[in-house]
Amino acid sequence: MEKSEGVQWWGGRGAVQSFAAMTASITAAAGGRTSVGKKVAVAATGLIGVGFVFAHMVGNLKVFLGREPINHYGEFLRDMGEPIFPRSFVLWTLRLVLISAVVIHITLTYQLMQQSRRARPIGYEYTEPVRKNPAARTMRWGGTALLLFIVFHLADFTWGVHPDFQRGEVYHNLITGFTRVPVTVIYLAAMFALAMHLYHGTWSVTQTLGVNQARWDRTIRRGATALAVVIAGGYSIVPLAVLFRLVK
Amino acid sequence: MNLTLKVWRQKSANDKGAMVAYEARDISPDMSFLEMLDVVNEELTLKGEDPIAFDSDCREGICGMCGCVINGQAHGPDHGATVCQLHMRKFKDGDTITIEPWRARAFPVVRDLVVNRSALDQIVQAGGFVSVSTGSAPEANSAPVGQAVAETALDAAACIGCGACVAACPNASAMLFMSAKVMHLGVLPQGQPERYDRVSEMVETHDRLGFGSCTNIGECSAVCPAEIPMDVISFLNRDLIRSRAGRGMKRA
Ligand code: HEM
Ligand code: FES
Repeated sequence: MEKSEGVQWWGGRGAVQSFAAMTASITAAAGGRTSVGKKVAVAATGLIGVGFVFAHMVGNLKVFLGREPINHYGEFLRDMGEPIFPRSFVLWTLRLVLISAVVIHITLTYQLMQQSRRARPIGYEYTEPVRKNPAARTMRWGGTALLLFIVFHLADFTWGVHPDFQRGEVYHNLITGFTRVPVTVIYLAAMFALAMHLYHGTWSVTQTLGVNQARWDRTIRRGATALAVVIAGGYSIVPLAVLFRLVK
Repeated sequence: MNLTLKVWRQKSANDKGAMVAYEARDISPDMSFLEMLDVVNEELTLKGEDPIAFDSDCREGICGMCGCVINGQAHGPDHGATVCQLHMRKFKDGDTITIEPWRARAFPVVRDLVVNRSALDQIVQAGGFVSVSTGSAPEANSAPVGQAVAETALDAAACIGCGACVAACPNASAMLFMSAKVMHLGVLPQGQPERYDRVSEMVETHDRLGFGSCTNIGECSAVCPAEIPMDVISFLNRDLIRSRAGRGMKRA
C-alpha cells in the first residue's frame, strides 16, 4: 500500500497504476497468510463480485422498459457522481475496484489450488463421492469459464467487437448482439456456470467468514439457491426475450 | 461369499507400490471387513506370501486406528462407521472390491494400507490442548458448563482422529479434523485463555505440514464415522479471523 502513496490516482494513468499497486500489495499481503486467511480474501472479493452481478442484472432488465430508459441508464453510468466528480470518474473507480477484485480472487484461488494439488501427489485408483455436490466440485472449472466469458463479453459489448456496434446505443447493441444465435448460446451457457458458481460461492462465504451454523444451514442454502436463480435467470431472460422477439 | 479384492501393496515407504488382485473365498456376510482381511491374510501366510498390512486396534469404532478407502469411499460404503464396523453383508457375492490407503502428502504410506498419521498429532501439539497444569480432576461444579455448551463440545470431541476427512477431501485438507479440535476446546471455559493463539498456530501448522486448502465441498463430513458437521469449519474460520484481528489491534 505504501508504494501507491504520492501517485496522483485520479488522473487516468495514475489511477490505473495506483490500483495496480494496491492490487499487487493486497495480493502479496494475503499471499503471505494462511490458507484460511487467503480464503477470507477470496470470499471478500467474491462478495464484491456478487454485488456487481446483482446490480448489473437489474440494470439489464431496463431493456424491457424500452430504448430510451436503457440508453439513458447507459449515460447515467458515465454521468454518475457529477458534478462532484468529473464525468466517468465514479464509473472508472468502480471498474478498477472490480478489476482488482477479480485479479485478487483469481490469484489467491490459484495459489490455494496449487496448495491442494501438492497435498495429494498420488491419487486414488478409484473414487466414488458420497456427497454429490457438483457446484462445489466445479468451482475452478466454472470460474475459468466465467473468466473466459468476461473477456468475450467485454470484447462484444464494451470494446465493440460486434457486427453493428454504436457507442451509446445500448438498446440497439443489445438487440443486434443477441440476434446472433451462437452468442445467445454462449451467453446462456455462461449464465449456467454463473448460477453454479454463485450457489456454492454464496453458501461458502458464510462458512469462510464464520457465520454459518448447523441450524441456519438450510436457510442459507435456500438463500444461495434463490440468489443464483434470480441473478442467472434475470440475465438469461434478456437474450431469450430477444430470441423470441418479445423485444425488438 | 466369494470376492475379488484389488489391494494396494507397497513394501515400504520408498517402494513404488501397485494394485494387486486377490481372491477372498468362503467369506461369511457376518464378518467385519477387517475379519475378512484376516482370513485373506491367513491364506497368504500359509502360501508363504506377505500378509496385507493394515492398522486396527479396538475394532469397535472408538480408537480411530483403522481406515482405508474401499470402493472409492473412506471407510467404505457404510456411512457414520469405521472400517472395523463395516460388515461384509454390505457386499454381494462375486463383487470386486478396491482397497487403497489414505492418500495425502502429509500421510506417507508406511506399508500397504498403513499410513503415518502423525501430522494430525502435530496439529494437536500446535495448540489443540490446554497447556496450563490442571492438576487432578477438579470438583465437578467448580467450573460450571451449561448443557448447550457441553453438548456442542462433546459433539466436536466425538472425532476419533482416523483421518478419513483428509482421505476423502478432494483437496486433501485436514480442516474438519482441525476444526473439531478447535471447537471442542474453544467453547469450553478451560479452553478460553489460549483460544485465539491456538487456532492461529494450528492453522499455520496445518498448512506447513502440506495439507490442502478447504473449499467447503462437504465430503469430509459425509464420510466421518463420528458425523462431525460442516459448521465446525465455520467456527474455526471465525476464530481465525478474530485471532488475526486481535493481533492487529495488539500491534497497533
Ligand atoms: C462473476 C464473477 C465472480 C463472482 C461473483 C464470484 C464469486 C465467488 C464467491 C462468492 C466465492 C466464494 C468464496 C469462498 O467463501 O470461498 C468464490 C470462490 C471461488 N471463485 Fe469466484 N467469483 C467470480 C469469478 C470467478 C472467476 C473468474 C474465477 C476463476 C478463474 C473464480 C474462481 C473461484 C474459485 C476457484 C473459488 C474457490 C472455490 C471454493 O473455495 O469453494 N471466480 N467466487
Ligand atoms: S479399529 Fe478402532 S476404530 Fe476401527
